[in-house]
Amino acid sequence: MPRQQLAQFHVDYLQILDENGRVDTTLEPPLPEATLWQVHRCMTLARMLDRRMHILQQQGRLGTFPSCYGQEAAGLGCVLALRQDDWLVPCYRENSALLYRGLPLHNLLLFWMGLEEGAYWPRELRVLSIPILIGSQTLHAVGLALASQIRGANEVTMVFFGDGATSEGDFHEACNLAGVYQAPVVFVCVNNQYAISVPRSQQSRSETLAQKAIAYGFPGLVVDGNDVLACYVAAQEAVERARLGRGPTLLECLTYRLGPHTTADDPRRYRSEQERQQWEARDPLKRWRIYLEQRGLWSEQQQAELERELQAEIELAVHQAEQIAAHADPLEMFDFVYAELSPDLLAQRREAAEFLAHSETLSASSVRR
Amino acid sequence: MALRNMVQALNLALRQEMAKDERVVVFGEDVARQGGVFRVTEGLLDQFGGRRVFDTPVSEAGIIGISTGLALAGMRPVCEIQFSGFMFNALHQLGLMAARYRCRSRGLFSVPMVVRAPWGGGVRALELHNESEEAVYAQMPGLKVVIPSRPRRARALLLASIRDPDPVVFLEPKRVYRSLREEVPDDEEVFPIGEAEIIRHGRHLTLITYGALLQECLQAVEQAERDFQVSIEVIDLLTIVPLDTRTIVESVQKTGRCVVVHEAPRSCGIASEIIARINEQCLLYLHAPVARVTGYDIPYPFFAREHAYLPNVPRILDAIRRTLEF
Ligand SMILES: Cc1ncc(C[n+]2csc(CCOP(=O)(O)OP(=O)(O)O)c2C)c(N)n1
Repeated sequence: MPRQQLAQFHVDYLQILDENGRVDTTLEPPLPEATLWQVHRCMTLARMLDRRMHILQQQGRLGTFPSCYGQEAAGLGCVLALRQDDWLVPCYRENSALLYRGLPLHNLLLFWMGLEEGAYWPRELRVLSIPILIGSQTLHAVGLALASQIRGANEVTMVFFGDGATSEGDFHEACNLAGVYQAPVVFVCVNNQYAISVPRSQQSRSETLAQKAIAYGFPGLVVDGNDVLACYVAAQEAVERARLGRGPTLLECLTYRLGPHTTADDPRRYRSEQERQQWEARDPLKRWRIYLEQRGLWSEQQQAELERELQAEIELAVHQAEQIAAHADPLEMFDFVYAELSPDLLAQRREAAEFLAHSETLSASSVRR
Repeated sequence: MALRNMVQALNLALRQEMAKDERVVVFGEDVARQGGVFRVTEGLLDQFGGRRVFDTPVSEAGIIGISTGLALAGMRPVCEIQFSGFMFNALHQLGLMAARYRCRSRGLFSVPMVVRAPWGGGVRALELHNESEEAVYAQMPGLKVVIPSRPRRARALLLASIRDPDPVVFLEPKRVYRSLREEVPDDEEVFPIGEAEIIRHGRHLTLITYGALLQECLQAVEQAERDFQVSIEVIDLLTIVPLDTRTIVESVQKTGRCVVVHEAPRSCGIASEIIARINEQCLLYLHAPVARVTGYDIPYPFFAREHAYLPNVPRILDAIRRTLEF
């Protein structure tokens, strides 16, 4: 008996809006004009915020934070496909998507200012807060999705993580469990080509990261992660699959981190300026602007107005966040450890209070170094 | 002799031991090309090449697991976990496998590996980058746990750890990675695992600590000696497992008073164990209950609140005063 081929797989690539702003009209989704502008607004806001945060960080008003520069399209494009009752589980570079979803700007700032208040987000957003442990959130997403499945609710969960996260056991267990239970979850790997200094090629021998889905019994698709339209269309398909009970999908969004890993990182140590410039030419904001312009939705004047408006919004949020920080009570670190504090912990809280009684306020001693 | 900070001292130890012992290999997330996020492994890739110094994917269980395999095969792996808190992702490999191989094989197999990790808080780092989880390893028989506090001992203890026949968790207090410089001899120097060091001698109270807090302890002691007209003995544990009970007990027998200081949460922390041993071996020498200055029994807070969590000079001073006045 000759050998037989038992199975055969394929991995598609989707791009709709190319780096020069040319759109494939056969694939172009019918998004309302208001949404197109909203996308522009959120990506612009995320980029301006990034710049502002760098300055705040240098001034010691913000801690170490990961830059989103260059990655504004992927998360946002995918999240366009969600309903408000769907769950969104972000990683730490999804600012544009979170802002689109309605996360108050100052909330985001508070997180990077080192305050738990920044992980306390409006419940109705149905968003989990920022995960620090790489890959851990993928399993929580599967759990959220299973809850929807068990309750017979028609919701979908979408979870974000990086290329590096695909090396963690948590990711593989999440994929396997999601596949086994046909959980209504969409895995979105934002492949920005690096995990700190380690390039994508050293993270995995797989030709694509999307193909890892195949081993777990569900489809994987590679998408141009700097193309909002492609991300949206791919996510839309994946969300529909999940909603119809056909199980998970893995999307791999190809993008590039144009900035450092975090403010503590120096990318010149591990990548060339030339490579960076190649990716800069594929900037998601640039092509989106061209797209809007072609559709008569963008002008220099509108842009200037928008930037003025966003600048004011950012400054207001910085002010709000710093006000909250200035009044943050350090002793609250005890208050949410359990639903009810044990006598032991209450005693420790009193002990801490005594030592703090004479020290400076929180903002003076710590938030500003 | 040259003045070196802890990062340089650790780097020196790795360089020298790699040059001397071909079995030593170094790997972990961002350790090769990047030289580690704190630069402890800087330059090793250039000097020893990619076969002995390599980056891993983001995979802590993988790192500890292959390290165990390498050690079983007779290599001397020195792997890095980027921040000690991420060791939780690999605890099954560390505590249930690496730690037990010698025992379960009646000595047929052993796992002479070193797991290095930046440890502790106080650097305004992100959530989960500040853990002091040493008590977790102390509950995993088969592991040794070393925590240096200053550059010279850090170098000498890392050498001892690499040469140790058993797995060693080597925790590096990142808060003092670069803030302290010390004379560190160019020539090889080894400091034995399992020995505490008496940093200064005294007669009225024993202050026991380890890691970055040694600095705050020394400040508090200077002030206490001035304010209360006493002399205080300071013990730097250096090794958490196996604990140097003898140095502790002999000191407490002499002073009759003791304060233990660590960053980790209070309950079931290393201080609890030290106090238990004092009770077992020299209770009747005590003039006062042994005091603890520790982190609280809460998750390490985000950095804007960490100053309220970490033991500091006033807290240490207060414990010294209470213990003296008891
Ligand atoms: C479990 C765990 N291991 C290691 C780290 C340290 N770390 C933070 S970000 C990072 C790289 C992650 O790369 P990737 O998943 O590609 O996401 P990116 O930062 O590129 O967006 C590492 C190793 C961590 N936070 N959690």
